[in-house]
Amino acid sequence: MVDGKAHAVKRKGRTLKRLEESWQWYILLLPGLVYLIIFNYLPMGGVLIAFKNFRPSTGIFDSVWTGFQNFQRFFEFPDMLKLIGNTLSITLLNLAMFPIPIIFALMLNEVRNAKIKKSVQMVTYIPHFLSEVVVCSLVILFLEKDNGVITDVLTFFGMPRQNLLGSPEAFPWIYSLMCEWQGFGWSAILYISALSGVPQENVEAAKIDGANRLQVIRHINIPSIMPTIVITFILKLGGLMNLGYTKIYLLQNSLNLPASRVLSTYVYEIGLISQQYSYSTAIGLFNTIVNVMIVLSANYVIKKVSDVGLF
Amino acid sequence: MAQTVIKRRKEIHLGEKTFMFFIYAGLFLAAFICVYPIWFTIISSISDATAVYNGDVRWVPSMMTIEAYQKVFQNKDVWMGYVNTIFYTVLGTIFNLLLTIPSAYALSKKRMLGHGFLTTLYIIPMYVGGGLIPTYILMKNLNLLDTRWILVVSGGLSIYNMIVTRTYFQTSVPESLYEAARIDGSSEIGIFVRIAIPLSMPVIAVIALYYASGHWNSYFNAMIYLTDNNLKPLQLVLQRILIYSQSAYDQVSASGADVDAEYMNELLHQAHLAVTMKYALVFIASAPMLAIYPFVQKYFVKGVMIGSVKG
Repeated sequence: MVDGKAHAVKRKGRTLKRLEESWQWYILLLPGLVYLIIFNYLPMGGVLIAFKNFRPSTGIFDSVWTGFQNFQRFFEFPDMLKLIGNTLSITLLNLAMFPIPIIFALMLNEVRNAKIKKSVQMVTYIPHFLSEVVVCSLVILFLEKDNGVITDVLTFFGMPRQNLLGSPEAFPWIYSLMCEWQGFGWSAILYISALSGVPQENVEAAKIDGANRLQVIRHINIPSIMPTIVITFILKLGGLMNLGYTKIYLLQNSLNLPASRVLSTYVYEIGLISQQYSYSTAIGLFNTIVNVMIVLSANYVIKKVSDVGLF
Repeated sequence: MAQTVIKRRKEIHLGEKTFMFFIYAGLFLAAFICVYPIWFTIISSISDATAVYNGDVRWVPSMMTIEAYQKVFQNKDVWMGYVNTIFYTVLGTIFNLLLTIPSAYALSKKRMLGHGFLTTLYIIPMYVGGGLIPTYILMKNLNLLDTRWILVVSGGLSIYNMIVTRTYFQTSVPESLYEAARIDGSSEIGIFVRIAIPLSMPVIAVIALYYASGHWNSYFNAMIYLTDNNLKPLQLVLQRILIYSQSAYDQVSASGADVDAEYMNELLHQAHLAVTMKYALVFIASAPMLAIYPFVQKYFVKGVMIGSVKG
């Protein structure tokens, strides 16, 4: 008893001492914390309007509760499955292009000439520095039916001349390839640096044992960057949560809408254009929940298989 | 025996050559698809509009002219957009740094009372948020809609950048320096201002660049929060012109045959000019980024590397 009391007193003393040391750090923390509470945590509370019938004139607190009515309305919406399907197919295709930067890094790693290596790498960063509006405009201009550069190349290879951006089947490909174009050089940075850490002795030893370069890549290079690959993969899954709707929105037109209308662009359409605030928030919340579940389960599976995980 | 060895060596040598051929071919292709769109944009913007429209401009400019640029700069919105974007980028980045750096420094102190809890408080918004509509309603309630300040304030604290900075404070500034200052009687805030900040200039430059390029390139927040034409940033002006402007050519083709030939030619020229003007706009909007990119890319890369350490 006495011991415990003494211990408690001692601990209290230590807490006080830590507090004495910490208070100035709290002051430094204050601006950021206040900002987060106002601009990040308050809107999280605002999600409540998904369960209400929110009208701007009545405010969040005085609006009528409607329970799950907004969700029910969405589940009864005939196009709901179509929206989810579009979201999934774009997401999955985007994910399927995940190996491209890895392959690029592996190829670059084979080049001995440092100058060539450096210049190729630098050049592939360029698209990363262009804005979304610029990249999407270029895609639109290049896919123009009559004189677009990409249309011309595809016609040269025997495809019929068509307005490719107006075709719903092509949309997921256009979007995913565009994202990959803008990002592959940049995403490769981590792999390139991981590859530069591969011990040269191992490579030499394998060569003496008669391994050719493909075998070295397969049995030495790829296994040594595996942890980087897994972490980036999970991070990418997390990033897919906010499927780049700002870019999808820019590429949307009335012809490709059957394939380009995804959950997040629909949230924008319903919420800010039709101003059905509560309904839109409900769809957004549904989207977030589905996404969080995808990330958590992917993380779970990967952790089981490879011992590397994000959380 | 000796002959088979030689033969085998030759085979390996030959295999090696084809292998390297494919590597170089692939890398050349990767570099080409990154550079060509930029090159195409430049040559199209300075070529004769009709030549561009007919698809005659592919590798070098044809009948050089600066008409497109003259026309673009006659547009008041473009100038206004430029000025607005500079305003948002400079003030926004300063605001970002004021929020990010002190928070990152405080959170780098593991001894701080409540360190774990506070860190979690900062991390949560990285994964969940209120979403589009609740954030919009908040901005409305704060009377920030359609003011200049909304683009300075929104997205004020990027958790990713905060973590990058925190990691730098933890790993690259030696603790003994802090101790020495403490013994000299300096306050914690004094240590932050006089020791931590000057020693962290490299990382501050990195995140300042991250934030600045984010401000420069973003259009979506401006699109949803601003309706006043005088406040619109360049990217939004671009989006309106590049993505929404209907092709003038369609209007000409639709206007029928009863117009005289000269008038028709003038209209056609205008329509073709609309295309080269788009390329001129793309170049004008990207030029600042492309001009500084060779000098800053190494800092951007550094940011990726520090960010990946957090593990």
